[in-house]
Amino acid sequence: MGGSSAADMQHHLKIYYRVFGALAVLTVITVVVAQVGFHQEWSIATAVAIALLVASIKGTLVACYFMHLITEKAALFWILALCALFFVVLLAVPVLTDHESMGRAANVAVPPVRLHDAAAHKGH
Amino acid sequence: MSDTAIIPHDVEPHPLTGMYNGKFGLWLFLASEVMLFGALFSSYVLLRTGAPEGTWPRGEEILNWKLAMLNTMFLITSSVTMVMAWAELKMNRLGKAKQMLAITFALAGAFMVVKYFEYSDKLHHYQVELVAPMMHDGHEVMRITGHNVVNKEGEDVTIEPDAHGGDANAKHAPITIERSNVKRVTTFGPAHSTFLAVYFTLTGLHGLHIVGGMVVIGYLIFAADRIWKWNHEKLINRVECTGLYWHFVDLVWIFLFPVLYLL
Repeated sequence: MGGSSAADMQHHLKIYYRVFGALAVLTVITVVVAQVGFHQEWSIATAVAIALLVASIKGTLVACYFMHLITEKAALFWILALCALFFVVLLAVPVLTDHESMGRAANVAVPPVRLHDAAAHKGH
Repeated sequence: MSDTAIIPHDVEPHPLTGMYNGKFGLWLFLASEVMLFGALFSSYVLLRTGAPEGTWPRGEEILNWKLAMLNTMFLITSSVTMVMAWAELKMNRLGKAKQMLAITFALAGAFMVVKYFEYSDKLHHYQVELVAPMMHDGHEVMRITGHNVVNKEGEDVTIEPDAHGGDANAKHAPITIERSNVKRVTTFGPAHSTFLAVYFTLTGLHGLHIVGGMVVIGYLIFAADRIWKWNHEKLINRVECTGLYWHFVDLVWIFLFPVLYLL
């Protein structure tokens, strides 16, 4: 962070309040979108894409403003970007190469939960 | 020899990184944490995409998203109070900073209390899987969920079933199921299904991080006066580093909430 005068810090506090408001609103949006998606029978890919987009916006707000990433040196940003790239590679390699076992029962170690039974558990 | 001679750049920024060494070290630690949680998220994606059609429940069907949303609010509020503690110290207001740290600690405690109720509910709720279908509540079923299971080896199993239609809190009178018709008795714990195993692993690890954060925040509340008297900057930096960790824990929850509870 740059300066630390009382006026500077008051300015930062105002930003923190706004970010908090945005996070709260985005949390509600996440829930509403999930509910709408379920009732409108969106595909799982659409629901996941929207939920992760909203979560990414929230995460970016936290990282940029609460963690002050927006004012840190570019070097730190690139270290973290590299880390994120490794994560994406770790995620993508198995998903893109394992075509054999996707969606097959042999992949499940324990008896699967059927949606019918899961519905009976709703409310907990 | 002074402290600064032993540990250089413990307060003033290092010319290469632009920040004091403690903060840089904390960022590297967080990078390793990204890989830890990233690996677990990858496992989740692989298990979910690999699950047979119709066997992976929507989180909302099996978990309580309202409690999780309450916990989300607790965590994002605690993130604000944490960064405000740092801002108050920057304005030389130690008392207010300690108040903010105490509120952060309390919100973290509230998160864990909600988590306790969530876990406790799952670990006291049972499912009996049947060998052959039986009539229950006017329906032919292969599984019965409920509470207060008596499951002694060699004897028939009794359970107080949940009301049909989804209200797990409404119970019926106990029913008895012949031992020969019982395939498996399990709680809604990690052994129940791949989904719940993933749920307990991810939320359990996240919960441990919350507890770790509470220990450090508790220490800072306790030791703030002493460190402030010794060196203002050191207390400010320690609160900042603790804040970085705490915001990261919040950030992980921001992704866990929709992935586990809503999708």
